[in-house]
Amino acid sequence: MRSSLSHPQVDAASFGRALLDPQSATPDGLTGPDGQTAPKRFNVYRNNVIVSLSEALGETFPGVKTLLGEDYFKALARAFVTAHPPLSPVLIWYGAEFADFLDAFPPLQAYPYLGDVARLEWAWLQAYHAADAAPLDPARLGEVSPQQLGDVCFTPHPAAHMVTSRWPVWAIARANRFEPDEAGAIDLAEPQSVLITRPDMDVNVFLLRAGGAALTMDLLQGQTLADAAGRAQEEDGSFSLSDCLSDCLAAGAFSGLLLND
Amino acid sequence: MVSDTRSDPALRCGAAVPARAGAGLKADHVADILETGADIGFFEVHAENYMGAGGPPHRQLQAVRERYPLSLHGVGLSIGGEQPLDKDHLKRLSDLNRRYEPGLFSEHLAWSSHDTTYFNDLLPVPYDEATLNRVCDHIDEVQETVGRRMLLENPSTYVAFAQSTMSELDFLGEIVRRTGCGLLLDINNVHVSCTNHERSASDYLAAFPMAAVGEIHLGGHAPDRDDAGRPLLIDAHDREVDQAVWQLFEDVIGANGPLPTLIEWDNNVPAWPVLLAEAQAADRILAQTAGARRKQAV
Amino acid sequence: MKHKAMSAAIVAGAVATAVAGLSSTVPAHAQAKEKCYGVSLKGQNDCKAGPGTTCAGTSTVDYQGNAWTLVPKGTCVTMDVPGGRHGSLTELKRDLPEA
Repeated sequence: MRSSLSHPQVDAASFGRALLDPQSATPDGLTGPDGQTAPKRFNVYRNNVIVSLSEALGETFPGVKTLLGEDYFKALARAFVTAHPPLSPVLIWYGAEFADFLDAFPPLQAYPYLGDVARLEWAWLQAYHAADAAPLDPARLGEVSPQQLGDVCFTPHPAAHMVTSRWPVWAIARANRFEPDEAGAIDLAEPQSVLITRPDMDVNVFLLRAGGAALTMDLLQGQTLADAAGRAQEEDGSFSLSDCLSDCLAAGAFSGLLLND
Repeated sequence: MVSDTRSDPALRCGAAVPARAGAGLKADHVADILETGADIGFFEVHAENYMGAGGPPHRQLQAVRERYPLSLHGVGLSIGGEQPLDKDHLKRLSDLNRRYEPGLFSEHLAWSSHDTTYFNDLLPVPYDEATLNRVCDHIDEVQETVGRRMLLENPSTYVAFAQSTMSELDFLGEIVRRTGCGLLLDINNVHVSCTNHERSASDYLAAFPMAAVGEIHLGGHAPDRDDAGRPLLIDAHDREVDQAVWQLFEDVIGANGPLPTLIEWDNNVPAWPVLLAEAQAADRILAQTAGARRKQAV
Repeated sequence: MKHKAMSAAIVAGAVATAVAGLSSTVPAHAQAKEKCYGVSLKGQNDCKAGPGTTCAGTSTVDYQGNAWTLVPKGTCVTMDVPGGRHGSLTELKRDLPEA
């Protein structure tokens, strides 16, 4: 057998650095059958890394991809993948930083709503893979005495997520991902907040009505019903507790309720 | 070596995977498979796609598992990595083994993580003593943690390491000897690597430690050329199994008898009937050989 | 700032209305029987090589397309006043060229 000491040694650090930097030279010691360094052969690995991770990102953010177009998304994904390669081998968890990356990416300053669309798609994915749980049966509230209802807190359903936005994020996501044929005109001046749930196997995305965002957010964070309702009312005079609570319950935002003494 | 009593296959493994053809499970095919009650030997899944807590992936896999034997194939453990195995990831693999009790459990001779980065590709390792020691330690750890024997898959490679001091066959043989693990023989990988490194695939297969093989993989590859214009095959899993690979498969099965055989198709995934037809083609070869061997024995 | 909690009586009334409205509807959990396996999302982890060409992810960014210089060609519309709400009513259509 040959001695290994006379040959250039390639370790994982140098291999990995070269993978993510297309400008760098192929590490010495990675060869073809003639024993010569083989850049095109090494490029197969570079290609696999960038393309597979870009594709994974496209699967997670199809709405952002439609908004930006195939070519732009590909170029953007390459920039993201290089700057934020995955930390975990589980790719269903890849892309958590994509929304912030979009917000901070200078060439996309004229498209300020893209980050929130990505947040909505990320929340959709978290809901899709969340633990299974039966949603709270609304009848359970009927068993609580009227005097105590204000002190009720809810256990958030594992799949429940909220995205609050200055932009019409629900309408944009609907037009570009969920119901492209149903979409009409979108008023870019309309702020929208959405509640995302998965009561069984299908992920649902709900547009929250006035005051609903404040109430849902507080309830998901464990505030009592009276406190959450009080704050929502201060924020929006037209707030209707019965309507907004009904939305939360129908959507399956909670998995249980707690009564604090 | 595995010492845990749970490694007893009778205690730990679910429905054994038969020496028939199976297919890689694709989410888009699940409804078709369940509706038609497809006649196929088993399904194989990539473990990492089932590491979420719940939702449709688990509901679908549970339904498939109730009807078919299962093979669990990890793609991200980085057994060939320079650093210690990711304990959290190993635990997830172990949990999946417990939850679905697959008949087969396999991973790759490759690395995919270094430092904090996961590269999402099966990267090659140098065949030298230091790497051999690390890989064997990692396989010991996997088998002890998961509590069962694992199969290690031979890689598709595009470059060789000048620092390698032994052949891939010697490297694999030594791993089997030291750890007691089994092997997953990917015949497409053999064809791809042997073409890429200008070696004979038949010679490679003739010398392969077949006694350790618990499963075979077949898949499609894409032809390309390297810097010097030499053939360079890419393990793309994007088309039918190549004729040359079918021939190698027939030779291996003819010489060694039938084994669980998986068709891998991961890019440009076709409609379910097309993938099923590939599996049926493999099944015919397995059945012919089994028949011929029974006659010989009589 | 401390917010004022809603009174118990008002909460109780609203809850009663909400629950009454829902009691006639099927619980959300039971609605999805037909599609009991949910949407099939493509698995992200694979053991394949990238699409059968070596060039797509390997060329330098200048050649391949650079997100710093390209212009989005999808359905997104620009809001060309930074941070502003220019063009308050904008129809988003698939083939709309960017404004």
